[in-house]
Amino acid sequence: MATFDFLLQGLWVAAQPMNLLYALIGVTLGTAVGVLPGIGPALTVALLLPVTYQLDPAGSLIMFAGIYYGGMYGGSTTSILLNTPGESASIVTALEGNKMARAGRGGPALATAAIGSFVAGLIATLGLAFIAPYIVKLALVFGPREYFALMVLAFVTVSSAFGDSTLRGLTALFVGLALSVVGIDQLTGQARLSFGVPELLDGIEVTTLAVAMFAIGETLFIAAQGEKGPDKVEAVRGSIWMSKLDWARSWKPWLRGTFIGFPIGAMPAGGAEIGTFLSYAAEKRLAKHPEEFGHGAIEGVAGPEAANNASAAGTLVPLLTLGLPTTATAAIMLAGFQQYGLQPGPLLFATNPQLVWGLIASLLIANFMLLVLNLPLIGLWVKLLTIPKPWLYAGILMFATLGTIGANPSVYELGMLLAFGLLGYAMRVFGYPIAPVVVGLILGPLAEQQLRRALAISQGDVSVLFTSPIAAVLLVIAAAALIIPLILRARGRGEVLAQLAANED
Amino acid sequence: MTKGLNPSTTTRRPDRAALFIAAVLAAIAGLIFWDVSRLSGAAGYSQVGPTTVPYAIACCLAGLAVWTVFAAFRNDFPERERQEISPVIWIVAGLAAQMLLLNVAGFSIATGILFALTARGFGKRKLWFSLPVGIALCFAVWVIFAKLLQLSLPAGPLERLFF
Repeated sequence: MATFDFLLQGLWVAAQPMNLLYALIGVTLGTAVGVLPGIGPALTVALLLPVTYQLDPAGSLIMFAGIYYGGMYGGSTTSILLNTPGESASIVTALEGNKMARAGRGGPALATAAIGSFVAGLIATLGLAFIAPYIVKLALVFGPREYFALMVLAFVTVSSAFGDSTLRGLTALFVGLALSVVGIDQLTGQARLSFGVPELLDGIEVTTLAVAMFAIGETLFIAAQGEKGPDKVEAVRGSIWMSKLDWARSWKPWLRGTFIGFPIGAMPAGGAEIGTFLSYAAEKRLAKHPEEFGHGAIEGVAGPEAANNASAAGTLVPLLTLGLPTTATAAIMLAGFQQYGLQPGPLLFATNPQLVWGLIASLLIANFMLLVLNLPLIGLWVKLLTIPKPWLYAGILMFATLGTIGANPSVYELGMLLAFGLLGYAMRVFGYPIAPVVVGLILGPLAEQQLRRALAISQGDVSVLFTSPIAAVLLVIAAAALIIPLILRARGRGEVLAQLAANED
Repeated sequence: MTKGLNPSTTTRRPDRAALFIAAVLAAIAGLIFWDVSRLSGAAGYSQVGPTTVPYAIACCLAGLAVWTVFAAFRNDFPERERQEISPVIWIVAGLAAQMLLLNVAGFSIATGILFALTARGFGKRKLWFSLPVGIALCFAVWVIFAKLLQLSLPAGPLERLFF
């Protein structure tokens, strides 16, 4: 079977000693940064992007895979031991996991999260490997109008389908789209919105924007809250190993979480959060002791954590096969690809199969490494959690600016970083989501290109966008995703959607 | 972010900050219109050119500005927590100092100042302690990234002293 051969070939690439080392460094750095409170996977990936600048594309993407998975693991540790989830996808993990940690069962909670993430990551990565070729085949049928419709759908789901306000989600998206127009037009070479400033001709760097919005915006926001007293880190007491009963109660939630999370992540819409909430609800319904939920039920950690990781792997399906990022994390990974002139999509599978399959295989390897690293090193991660806030955020800003300086050591780029940092802070104060800005900036030019191609083929006839059946169906779904939440909110049923808000990834 | 679900109904005054946001959105839309209108309409045979999408985005932004005005009058925005301004100023000052000093004083000193001022924003008042710590830390980072990973970080007097 072709997929199997490709995967073996990829494993061979990923198992080169240098690549194994890159994966190990990526996993360790990713976990270390992901553990820090207030840092989610999107920021982890953005902060660590400069570390990979000097590597060749294969090595860099392999390290990237490790960083991505490591950041996910680190986040779950934070939410179990410290009741402040760094990312919205970990909220549910914090719900039960922190209760378990307070009851002295932090060890088993961390273990079930780690092993559940491993199981989910393994199954979902294999799922990615086996589904991707089919989607690539499907994607080859797609023309510009289908791609455009797909991107419209991604825009709508990222910005307005979830979260507490359609208005604010759409505003954030269009701010990102407006920023994406800055620079030289790809098709005609004319300068747009650059006002004669030569630095603006290249457009706005996605990584600069992401680091500014997430790192600097978040730091300013936390600083502006003033002293709220230190967060309590729960010590890990007792055995970190799971008892027989824990295993018996965990394995079914792991599998259920995986099968809930992966399809949701793989759809060209939505992020990791929805899967975790659905998994939590499912476990609560199916549990033998539903009264334990809210007081530290292990099923409530195992299921959502598996769903979280499975949908994280799932988001790689649209990213790799269609070049479509559906989360902020995926958007930054796309920027990572682009720095090597690689455009993910069906063509990449044809022109650079070694790279793609090496990446998928190294996700599997990263997953194994994390399982081995995470539990023995738990003491170290706990230490990282206890860094006092002033040093922590001073360090975060140091690394945030380091990345920008490393990419482009100019006063001008740092000025952009500061300006977008202030924008990110203001958006947080007024309750605007951040992810749509990042996704809008990176997807905007791609959507524009497809739209103009489609319209050029039809010689300006707009109706062509709706007359292909695939494009029409996608646009109808996008319209539904825009209108249904509006009606729900108007009827005061917005709470559910607000809970599913895609805050960070 | 879930506080927006119960907007306070007692105050019927329009939300001034939201009106300001609407004005900014409208201004961005106007800026796009103004800039794009100067482009020659090299639309080719299909009437779609480099101006099409910016115009569409500007129209949507203008629409969102109007929507924001309505939201401001209905007080639809979430209640805002009180923001402490002084930490924000410390950190912004740190970032600005780093930006201006980077090419003069080099990475370690400029970023060390950012480090110390950020820590000051979070309540570490002892600058005589945090400034040297920050500069030393940044120097270590500079050695790792500029020498080992070959990243181009600007060198200043401190870096030239050693390398």
